[in-house]
Amino acid sequence: MVPQTYYIALSAVLFTLGALGVLVRRNALIIFMSVELMLNAANLAFVAFANTYQHLNGQIIVFFVIAVAAAEVAVGLALIVAIFKTRQSIDVDTMSSLKG
Amino acid sequence: MSVDLILFFVLALVAVAAAIGMLLSQNAVYSALFLVINFATVAVFYLLLGAPFIAMAQITVYAGAIMVLFLFVIMLLGAEKLAPGKVLPYQRPLAIGLAVLLVAEAAYLLLSRVQSVAAIVTPTVETNTVEEIRRLGMALFSDYLLPFEVTSVVLLVAMVGAIVLTIREKGEQG
Repeated sequence: MVPQTYYIALSAVLFTLGALGVLVRRNALIIFMSVELMLNAANLAFVAFANTYQHLNGQIIVFFVIAVAAAEVAVGLALIVAIFKTRQSIDVDTMSSLKG
Repeated sequence: MSVDLILFFVLALVAVAAAIGMLLSQNAVYSALFLVINFATVAVFYLLLGAPFIAMAQITVYAGAIMVLFLFVIMLLGAEKLAPGKVLPYQRPLAIGLAVLLVAEAAYLLLSRVQSVAAIVTPTVETNTVEEIRRLGMALFSDYLLPFEVTSVVLLVAMVGAIVLTIREKGEQG
């Protein structure tokens, strides 16, 4: 038997790796992938809880999260393409036009 | 050690290794492929947790559609690698320190606040039948009908937004 805690711990580790990716990397695309990793870690925790409580609500929330993540990726990548068109770079350090 | 536990640890190792590989790859294409491995492993976890529909949705939507979109944009922009630039000297150690702090907090909460040691229910033959997916569908189209419809609007707006953001206006150069 696998204790539920193991799944939650794995979810926490994956979430932290995602957060670390957002903080450390400069490539906007990889930062975006790290955000997806964090969403995925949260989904894993949801499904683990849905399993222990034997309730479908957890799975349904995950379904909605996946749908919203798809929408988010479509808009986010369109933004990255638009930024690349004007700046010829997706380095987040160069996106400082609004800096005082 | 039961088979379930061995399966969990092997898969967890693959998932964490793929996530670390994504973090450390200098080439964005490699990062995307590592993330596909990670998503596929998480889909297997969903199967182990008795959620076959979510597992398949994960494969088709995440590992399929979303990552193909990522790879497409990486190759379209030719942005596999960034030109080396100057970074703040304290940024990387600070980020790692904060991440370690986050893991420590999570570990503390998991070790100290867990009320009962609940075990994961291993999926039975009944879990992977049409009946279970029918229950999910019934819940989705009755109790969660409004969120479901809102999701369709969100997807439509995202589609229109993506087109508006990338469309080339008349007379615009480039």
